[in-house]
Amino acid sequence: MTETQEALRLEGITKVYPNGVIANKDINFSVNVGEIHALSGENGAGKTTLMKILFGEEKPTAGEIFIDGDKVNIQNPSDAIRLGIGLVHQHFMLVPSLTVTENLILGIEPVKGLRIDERKARDQVSEISKKYHLIVDPDAKIQDLTVGQKQKVEILKTLLRGVRILILDEPTAVLTPQETKELFYELKLLRSAGYTIIFISHKLNEVKELCDRITIIRHGQTMGVFDVSSVSEEEISRLMVGRAVKLKVEKEAANPGAAAIRVRGLTILDDSGKPKVKNVSFTARRGEIFGVAGVEGNGQSQLTDAITGLGGYQSGSIEINGLNISGKSVREIREHKLSHIPEDRMKTGIAPRLSIENNVIADKIFRKDFNRFGFLNLSKIAAYGLEMVNRFRVSCKSAQVHINSLSGGNIQKVVLARELSSDPDVIIANQPTRGVDVGATEFIRQELVGMRNQGKTVFLISSDLGEILGLSDSLIVLYEGEITAYFPDASSVTEEELGRYMLGVEKQSDAEIRRAVHE
Amino acid sequence: MPAIFSYIFSVDFFFMWIRVATPIILVALGAVVCERSGVVNLGLEGTMLIAALFGVLGSYFGKGLLPGFLLGIASALVVSLLFAFFHLVLKANNVLCGTAINTLAAGLTVFVLQMVTGEKGTSASIKSYSYPEVNIPILKDIPILGEILSGHNLLTYLAIVLLFVVMFLLFKTPLGLRIRAVGENPHAAESVGIPVVRIRFIAISICGALAGLGGMYLSMAYLPIFARDMTAGRGFISLAACAMGRANPIGVFVSALVFAFFDGLSNILQVLRIPAEFVQMMPYAATILGLTIYSIHRAHSLQRKHS
Ligand SMILES: Nc1ncnc2c1ncn2[C@@H]1O[C@H](COP(=O)(O)OP(=O)(O)O)[C@@H](O)[C@H]1O
Ligand SMILES: [Mg+2]
Repeated sequence: MTETQEALRLEGITKVYPNGVIANKDINFSVNVGEIHALSGENGAGKTTLMKILFGEEKPTAGEIFIDGDKVNIQNPSDAIRLGIGLVHQHFMLVPSLTVTENLILGIEPVKGLRIDERKARDQVSEISKKYHLIVDPDAKIQDLTVGQKQKVEILKTLLRGVRILILDEPTAVLTPQETKELFYELKLLRSAGYTIIFISHKLNEVKELCDRITIIRHGQTMGVFDVSSVSEEEISRLMVGRAVKLKVEKEAANPGAAAIRVRGLTILDDSGKPKVKNVSFTARRGEIFGVAGVEGNGQSQLTDAITGLGGYQSGSIEINGLNISGKSVREIREHKLSHIPEDRMKTGIAPRLSIENNVIADKIFRKDFNRFGFLNLSKIAAYGLEMVNRFRVSCKSAQVHINSLSGGNIQKVVLARELSSDPDVIIANQPTRGVDVGATEFIRQELVGMRNQGKTVFLISSDLGEILGLSDSLIVLYEGEITAYFPDASSVTEEELGRYMLGVEKQSDAEIRRAVHE
Repeated sequence: MPAIFSYIFSVDFFFMWIRVATPIILVALGAVVCERSGVVNLGLEGTMLIAALFGVLGSYFGKGLLPGFLLGIASALVVSLLFAFFHLVLKANNVLCGTAINTLAAGLTVFVLQMVTGEKGTSASIKSYSYPEVNIPILKDIPILGEILSGHNLLTYLAIVLLFVVMFLLFKTPLGLRIRAVGENPHAAESVGIPVVRIRFIAISICGALAGLGGMYLSMAYLPIFARDMTAGRGFISLAACAMGRANPIGVFVSALVFAFFDGLSNILQVLRIPAEFVQMMPYAATILGLTIYSIHRAHSLQRKHS
């Protein structure tokens, strides 16, 4: 190791999006060769925006970029790649039906005559994957890989392009603890090979374990650069949030009652006939938060779709409050006091171009107060919209603004307002705080606990380990569509233990799993 | 009824089937390339029609087949690039762009036809060239098989060659890989520096050239003259074949043959004095039937796998 040398520097970066959001405000950011540099900040702080600017996917409103001391002009990702910068996006950028090798060589295909030199491609891929210990089957299709494997492919993609500066945007958000460990091992290997890594995360323990220095941003502004070893987690978290926050949920012991959701022998196939949910049985009771843990894509979406009536199932039965939902419409199921906070709030949760008030009454439009002989009662709707905005602390100019002008956290509060105000007995909450800022997360979690305290059933699906362990009273783990574990008391489970079941490394005995049925 | 079968199982029918299938195969292959890049080219009908006319005019003015070929392909490329420009650069909806191309082609061809020949219906009054028919040496002497497979138009054999060329292009070359990536996940392609719009321009151009060949086949092979609106929905049938074959060259080839079968059948049934309207309905009814059978089959195999 020689003395430190600057790999890249961003100076005075400001980014104003066309909708007027100031995502970056005069940010300075510098990274040294051969270090792992953390970029931390709350959701919406502007981390992704800054990295997109560096990668040429967004144009800065103002500011300059220097690579190895030279000022550069990055117009598009090709420029960035040529300058040795690679970005692993928060949402993977892979083509599902193509193989690992095809995805890796895309755009830099080795050729023999007119055709792709498949042999050489495979050799290149296996060479680099061995070298950095990033092992994936080169002939597997992306759609058949786990999230962790996809991430390896993404990293390999940048390495194969001769990148020297590697940016990872919240790489651990979708990984289990074991996969995270593996990733860290690989990243450290890359660091010792001389790569420069920018690691985006707001998980402080990860930053502590992996990184050399940290830059903190808040509301688009730099809050400082520190040696990770010389700054405490409390200090970092205070700088990120601007105040001391408590993310630990306070709740009393649950007092579960009668069955609310009864699922028996449920099997769901996808379009190609592959089972996504396999013979799953459980009972979620009144007065408990029933958690469903699992790495994303292990059947959670299909299970929620089936319970809410949005998707079908091939065999088994589902009862909500004693109603067998087979053949029932979504509206009939909802009238049986079921509410749904969907996973994808922009697609399923809201109608983006309607106002806040229209969004909150979307499920109540049949009610007499809002609808007289087929005409909308606009003044009642306006009053109701205002009430909801106040009660759920949605920060907005008025309830008449388009909902897509709000931030993610506030949009989610509107969804919550609509779903909780319809007096539900059963609340299906799928990733309720994903991409939501800390303040709103706190609020949403409290509301869910409040519902459970009133004796309602909260069915919580979350891939955030802290959330699922902190909120749930009891929980099941889904792995490849099967229940691999049932924990009657979620507070007794550690993240590592949960991770082993989520990865399918361990599985409880059938008898233990059958306890989830409560019969 | 038996009369029908004796028609169907005749050498003439098989020969005609291949003749009718040729333009659909050519254009559907073009649609495959386009579709794989993520663009549904609804202007194929118009592109064919334009090429059908300009191929004839090229051979008339240039006094030879080659000028006809060149002008036909060039006109198809111009129309395709127009479609691509409006759709990709100006971001106009592809249904609008396609409809505009088709409407334009219907009017423009009649207008140009009248300017050149003084007639609005056909190009019969001018001397144009056709693509030659080819007898395949050994094959032509085999009884029955030779009669069915030999003696077709040059473009028919070209269509078969192009089937393999398109397969090679899509699945073995860098361009093909990029086309497929752009079609399935443009963001992913963009993030590794692949210019999405440029790749789609290329795909639309390839599609245009194939549609041009299909159009010229109608006026310079199937018939020796251009006639107004002579494409008669073949552009759309090709799109349907592309969809039914799930944009897979072999599947699309088979679907094109299925459509052509009913097209050919309608020719025979007309002889048997079955109403023309009924007959013309058959390819479409066949499509619906085909898709229904396909989805029933799928549902069944799903259930079988499950139990
Ligand atoms: N394409 C976009 N258009 C408008 N606003 C955006 C866009 N992308 C992000 N934003 C906004 O910019 C801010 C910063 O977002 P982002 O950079 O994604 O934050 P982070 O990655 O730190 O969570 C947020 O308020 C977000 O809503
Ligand atoms: Mg981000």
